[in-house]
Amino acid sequence: MKLHEYQAKQIFSQYGIAIPRGRVASTASEAKSVAQELGGRVVVKSQVLVGGRGKAGGIRLANTPSEAEEVATQILAMQVKGLPVRKVLVDEAATIVEEIYLGVTNDRGARSPVMIASSEGGIEIEEVARIMPERLFRITIEPLLGLREYQARYLAASIELRRELWREFVGIALYTAYTESDATLAEINPLVITGDGRLIALDAKMVVDDNALFRHAELAEMRDFDEEAPPEREARKYGLSYVKLDGDIGCMVNGAGLAMATMDVIKLFGGEPANFLDIGGGAGADKVAAALGIILSDSNVQAVLFNIFGGITRCDEVARGILMALKEVSTDVPMVVRLTGTNEAEGQRILAEADMLTAGSLSEAAQTAVSLANERHSV
Amino acid sequence: MSILVDKKTRLLVQGITGREGFFHATQMMEYGTQIVAGVTPGKGGEWVLDGKIPVFDTVVGAAETTGANCSVIFVPARFAADAILEAADGGIPLIVCITEGVPVQDMMQARSYITQHGSRLIGPNCPGVLTPGASKVGIIPGNIAIPGSIGVVSRSGTLTYEVLYALQRKELGVSTCVGIGGDPINGTSFLDVLAMFEDDPHTDQVVLIGEIGGTDEERAAEFIADHMTKPVAAFVAGMTAPADKRMGHAGAIVEGGSGLAADKIAALKSAGVRVAEHPDLIPEVVA
Repeated sequence: MKLHEYQAKQIFSQYGIAIPRGRVASTASEAKSVAQELGGRVVVKSQVLVGGRGKAGGIRLANTPSEAEEVATQILAMQVKGLPVRKVLVDEAATIVEEIYLGVTNDRGARSPVMIASSEGGIEIEEVARIMPERLFRITIEPLLGLREYQARYLAASIELRRELWREFVGIALYTAYTESDATLAEINPLVITGDGRLIALDAKMVVDDNALFRHAELAEMRDFDEEAPPEREARKYGLSYVKLDGDIGCMVNGAGLAMATMDVIKLFGGEPANFLDIGGGAGADKVAAALGIILSDSNVQAVLFNIFGGITRCDEVARGILMALKEVSTDVPMVVRLTGTNEAEGQRILAEADMLTAGSLSEAAQTAVSLANERHSV
Repeated sequence: MSILVDKKTRLLVQGITGREGFFHATQMMEYGTQIVAGVTPGKGGEWVLDGKIPVFDTVVGAAETTGANCSVIFVPARFAADAILEAADGGIPLIVCITEGVPVQDMMQARSYITQHGSRLIGPNCPGVLTPGASKVGIIPGNIAIPGSIGVVSRSGTLTYEVLYALQRKELGVSTCVGIGGDPINGTSFLDVLAMFEDDPHTDQVVLIGEIGGTDEERAAEFIADHMTKPVAAFVAGMTAPADKRMGHAGAIVEGGSGLAADKIAALKSAGVRVAEHPDLIPEVVA
């Protein structure tokens, strides 16, 4: 789960990381009054969950409260990479002497957290890695020991930070914020050195591990449902994993790998998948019914392919779920079901009784789905 | 023959009295796996599976009494890391964690700890290990693979079944099938398993099943080129997956241009791996 900048800053601030004074606003007049409270120049920043806000014109300076109101009006009316701006963060403008990058994330290869620092802040770290990799320094953190001071000092020295700032730099509790929030990414870009020689987190980015939200009620509440399309939201409610795509063949599969492979095979036989949908392991009839409702809510869908290879999931449960869903949702979209694995015989029997169209293999199911969708198009 | 599990495997089931644990313990026993104990804290002293299998409160108690040398974990995600650590502390050399949705930071700590304790972890979020005809540890359906000489290693669950099933229909047998799991942090990598298959006299060739996300397939390709004498075939899922969208598995996300299926396929092909266009075609590309 991605957090908004203002949310990440709130968390960082709880860990003693210096952030600019400021507050989030949903209307232009609110932005104006925040600017009045702050006094002086402010930065008005769109709060959307994508990168590249600055380039899109979603971050602008304002010299006076009325200018802040004007700028906020414009930003609140815009979209950044297709996402409507619903909130702006109004921060006091800082005098920037230098911009640094500091981030912590999971290193899959090392199976450990990694802390990354660079003297080149203010641009995307991927860009730094590409054009000046020699300016990027990383340290692997032993997860049982946590970040040690010498490691943070190594980074400070590597990015040639002024010595008088080392103590402050080493004291930035970004790693603690990352571990205690169960983040998969915690990033300050830029971390700026101000005119009066302080280190301030001018921007903040945080991604929290969805699997750990059960122990972070306060973070779970931060989820911005506006940023999620309704079908995705509905899917989450049922513990399903759904991603809408542009094609016309809806698919319901158990397991992420098989779901991706099913999409690939549909494409290979000349079709286009309408979605990725993983019903997960051990899904029962109610989950299957909810999933079918979500697939059919996409009006592009001309055919539905079920590909269930039962392991922890039982074929009979899935078969019952399909029939249960079909009782609730009336549809004329044709469907083909491929069921194999745990309790297959019982599942097949249930489907046969209901006269459902079945397929013996993934290839056969995909070919059938593609021709069903094509038939509907030609009608 | 096999790697990791065989007829000598003495299996302990953590979470044996739970819905999934009980169902799959029953299936494993029917397959012929030697289940020697179960662990459910608070239910020690009970007997399950027709009164044949004793339940213990702790792993150490179960291991001391029964000589278990492998544990399979079916506990809910929030308790999974604890279960893994308990198994390692109980001296279990091989730990297979089926549980899906384990927090990443739990896994980083658990992985570090068990490595220091000399245990091997398979998973989490994996279907387990199957040596056809000998031992099934996990949830891979037993009836979709026959004994043989093809080693199978996969990041996926059900996609692995698809491949096993395709092999079986062509009467191609499997030495051992290892599901290493789809999470970004797991206990055992492609490399580890490829090395085991290379050393296993009863494995003639290997089928590798990958997917988008991370660089494990690229690393596997390097290892295959440098160290493998046995032929390798592969399938990589996710050619149609859009970038920056999470495809269910925590690991299955294309991050910032790397981790693409096309790159992985290219790396594997350049290492001499024969890559199938779809899972049903795997039997055509094995040697």
